[in-house]
Amino acid sequence: MVAPGESHSPESSNTPFDVDRIRRDFPILATQVKGRPLVYLDSAATAQRPQIVIDAVNRFYTAQNANVHRGVHHLSEVATREFDGARVKVQRFLNAAESHEIILTHGVTESINLVANSYGAKFIGAGDEILLTMMEHHSNIVPWQLLAERTGAKVRVIPINERGEVLLDEYEKMLNPRVKIVGVVQISNALGTINPVKQMIELAHRQGIPVLVDGAQAAPHLNVDVQDLDCDFYAFSGHKLCGPTGVGVLYGKTSWLEAMPPFLGGGDMILSVSFEKTTFNSLPYKFEAGTPDIAGVIGLGAAIDYLNQTRLDRIAAYEKDLLDYATAQVGALPGIRLIGTAAEKAGVLSFVIDEIHPHDIGTILDQEGVAIRAGHHCAQPAMKFFGVPATARASFAFYNTRAEVDALVDAITRVKQVFEI
Amino acid sequence: MSETNELYQQVILDHNRKPRNFKVLEQPTREQMGHNPLCGDELTIYLELEGDLIRDITFQGSGCAISKASASMMTVSVKGKTLAEAETLFREFHQMVKGELDPETAPNHLGRLTILAGVREFPARVKCASLAWHTLHAALEGKSDPLLIKE
Ligand SMILES: Cc1ncc(COP(=O)(O)O)c(C=O)c1O
Repeated sequence: MVAPGESHSPESSNTPFDVDRIRRDFPILATQVKGRPLVYLDSAATAQRPQIVIDAVNRFYTAQNANVHRGVHHLSEVATREFDGARVKVQRFLNAAESHEIILTHGVTESINLVANSYGAKFIGAGDEILLTMMEHHSNIVPWQLLAERTGAKVRVIPINERGEVLLDEYEKMLNPRVKIVGVVQISNALGTINPVKQMIELAHRQGIPVLVDGAQAAPHLNVDVQDLDCDFYAFSGHKLCGPTGVGVLYGKTSWLEAMPPFLGGGDMILSVSFEKTTFNSLPYKFEAGTPDIAGVIGLGAAIDYLNQTRLDRIAAYEKDLLDYATAQVGALPGIRLIGTAAEKAGVLSFVIDEIHPHDIGTILDQEGVAIRAGHHCAQPAMKFFGVPATARASFAFYNTRAEVDALVDAITRVKQVFEI
Repeated sequence: MSETNELYQQVILDHNRKPRNFKVLEQPTREQMGHNPLCGDELTIYLELEGDLIRDITFQGSGCAISKASASMMTVSVKGKTLAEAETLFREFHQMVKGELDPETAPNHLGRLTILAGVREFPARVKCASLAWHTLHAALEGKSDPLLIKE
């Protein structure tokens, strides 16, 4: 077993990014699929876990397991300390001002539902507007639609251009006093676009409108600073960040979180309960009802340690080089249409091939040992905008290599052979 | 033969490229839409029934090679069959793609349809191959709501 911090030492910025060493931190990358080395190009769906994350979860269940915030016994104190420590790691990771601004959830989906239900119940009513971009993930659409149905508010769509970039002029025109929240994905999981969220937030704030940023794809690929962005809410999921499934984060500014009613009711989120009156707990506990995924949260803390050691600025630079290479190689193949060609992109290469359905591409690539995603990527409005039912999507993480991009290109060539085009 | 070639056999690719009975019937006895929301595969089946007999069957729609080829081959195999014969084929086909009926060993009426047996090695694609058949089944049962395949 490798203890946290021992897997590899911090690197200075002038040593080359040692991807071979990084790959050794991820046990699954050594596995074979159908007799070939796994080429995992589906990190936008879920990233792989380094050994230190697996060990942290394992260590918790092996030696530290107890419930948090409830026991006076030794194990409960250990578990609570580890759990609270992970929250502070998340706080520093996002550069949030306070650790109580970090609400631990089950993932982006729950984080957004929390805001839509709690903020929505208090601040959004009939005739109000909710602005979302055309490229949102369903998890940043459906909770708002449900809210709109309940309250009579209206969801309005911020348009994009044919490269998959938000039309900022149009966006600015849509901002008006009826708009009660803007929801924007920082990096699109379907197109790879990096949206100018800082600018969009500034424009919204000029009119006093809060902004929720879906950081599911951004947190693993960019340095995120919620104070610099000045976003009101920021959501991400542990599993896209090399952490466990089942945990995620909602960052919210203290002023909003204080003003918002609880989302789920239950244990931990209360100070006292009687049948006459219940007093809610303080932040962040007010929004954390019930026993959390303790091992998952601790594993998320370990994943953040790992990314900090590896350094997100170096990760971003390495991944950009890889994406540029993949875009050039795949884009050069005849018959390929890239979906999402924004000037600022990260992590994702979505494409379609003339007359071949993405599911057929996905199946044949899988036979070649190359794992990609084929489908609508939970972003059907964006698919519709581009006039396709689905795309094939290769997505990259810092443990991927140029050789894997070459394997992808070979496998796509095989698809075209099978279909004789 | 590799599993890729097993799945994407020439016959299947040919039905995908040149689907048979790929048109709208102007005055169908029954019309049924089928949709696989996960893939976006979508097709409509048109039936002309005469008593107990499927006199004509056509389809329209879009989808992956497997769903299109399967729909095309289905129309060829059930045209001129009785409703009971079509139901038998539906049942046997379903069992075959789910790996519950091995057409090499178990007696069956599948004929050319056994070319699609390779799908059983690809669990994620079984619903592609069966979309047309489920849609036909719904049509024969006289359902009128669009069919959603969720399995
Ligand atoms: C951009 C984006 N938003 C939201 C989500 C939802 O995340 P989760 O399923 O972890 O809640 C995803 C994951 O697919 C995503 O890529």
